[in-house]
Amino acid sequence: MTTPSTESPMTDQSDQPVRILVAKPGLDGHDRGAKVMARAFRDAGFEVIYTGLFQTPEMIANAALQEDVDVVGLSILSGAHMSLFPAIMTALANVGRADALVIAGGTIPAADVTKLKELGVAEIFGPGTRLQDAIEFVRQHTGAMSEAARDAS
Amino acid sequence: MRRRHSAEEEADGVLGGEIGAVARAITAIENDLPAGHHVLNRVFPHTGTAHMIGITGPPGAGKSTLVNELIRSYRAGGAKVAVLAIDPSSPLTGGATLGDRIRMLEWHNEPDVFVRSMASRRFGGGLAQHTLTVAHIFDAAGFDPIFIETVGTGQDEVGIASLAHSTVVVQVPGLGDGVQTLKAGALEIGDIIVVSKGDRPDAQALARDLRRLQTLHDREDSPDDRWNPPIVMTSAIEQTGFDKLSAAIRSHKEWLQQSGTWEVRVRTMLATEISSRVQRDLMRRIQSQSVNQDAAINAVLARQMSPLAAADRLLESLSNR
Ligand SMILES: Nc1nc2c(ncn2[C@@H]2O[C@H](COP(=O)(O)OP(=O)(O)OP(=O)(O)O)[C@@H](O)[C@H]2O)c(=O)[nH]1
Ligand SMILES: [Mg+2]
Repeated sequence: MTTPSTESPMTDQSDQPVRILVAKPGLDGHDRGAKVMARAFRDAGFEVIYTGLFQTPEMIANAALQEDVDVVGLSILSGAHMSLFPAIMTALANVGRADALVIAGGTIPAADVTKLKELGVAEIFGPGTRLQDAIEFVRQHTGAMSEAARDAS
Repeated sequence: MRRRHSAEEEADGVLGGEIGAVARAITAIENDLPAGHHVLNRVFPHTGTAHMIGITGPPGAGKSTLVNELIRSYRAGGAKVAVLAIDPSSPLTGGATLGDRIRMLEWHNEPDVFVRSMASRRFGGGLAQHTLTVAHIFDAAGFDPIFIETVGTGQDEVGIASLAHSTVVVQVPGLGDGVQTLKAGALEIGDIIVVSKGDRPDAQALARDLRRLQTLHDREDSPDDRWNPPIVMTSAIEQTGFDKLSAAIRSHKEWLQQSGTWEVRVRTMLATEISSRVQRDLMRRIQSQSVNQDAAINAVLARQMSPLAAADRLLESLSNR
């Protein structure tokens, strides 16, 4: 149950692991990107709620609400992102989770990246970026968040 | 940035069944934050009615699929259903992939179905430290029944039986021969036994083995009002057995209430919750005195003291403070 040694590598971990929803919105049936993302976040010590393929904006928002995640990680190939992302941001706001940190991985043209960030997507990790960058990004941005949660209590 | 909520606001939110408030209260309890304790203190007097149903069985046995079907059956009767689905944390990184929700996505747009995934955080026994405490929040918010799906378990993880009113043990064909069936201590905790994946060719044989095992256990002097755990075969592919299963769960609840066993179980459940909390806090206090602990480990390493004597000394050091 509890690790007995103070020197154990397990005891230095926070009591509050990052909770992240990993979902693949849209209609194309490729979930490899989402699975790689889920795996990397899990290995980074995050708690990953994996809901897989074909997630509608409402499914994503409801999962974010009930699971009370800190982060929503979306895997997106290409094409529908300019309609999907606004719909997802709206759905999150509708359930009162506009505060969730939204990140995305996938191929998105630079011009669209700017627009998506204006919508509130925190960061987009293109094909050239390392998963480690996404992990670091989440760590930095949720560290601040959980501090706020702590003094709220 | 999230808005701050006072404990009163959050407790009122929980009692009013507000989804966001329930979700936040669960996080606070899971993370053992003072906010969680405050909310629980306020809502706990309003709990005690919900039927807590444990679902346990080996990894991949079909537990989540089963819960999904049970949601359907209870929703048809208009119930507000909550699910607490536990999956294992990695012993190395502490991370977890929580993948039970994916089997229950069809209810995503249904405000009266609340599915919450929870990592075991290495608690052991197929459970998480705060399992029942989180279930109280659902209870306070008006959810009834509350399903608790354990981590995929082996032969020895029976803790769920002391945290639920009714325990459903899921068995699945193809995991071994009759010897595994005989060995499984987990069977004994089942108020209801499910043979899942009934569409598989060897399901009938498994059900037969289980039935034989049950007659062995039957004692001739058993009182008339004893509960005899039914064996129910289900198949998600053929959509069979789930009505029978939910009927069996409902009649178990009736039996609990009529026989007076309900109160006995509730007492066990709460006692278990309290003692698991006490154990954890004692452990924390011992660990916080790392000097003592290191000294004790060193003495045992040098074979100057036995592990049992070292444990005694650590416990004494707590009471001598
Ligand atoms: N043939 C058949 N397959 C099933 C049935 N029920 C579930 N499965 C399959 O079994 C696999 C595991 O199902 P889950 O419901 O996730 O099982 P679980 O016990 O919750 O798994 P863990 O939570 O990982 O331990 C999935 O691929 C399901 O599609 C069934 O009745 N028949
Ligand atoms: Mg499952």
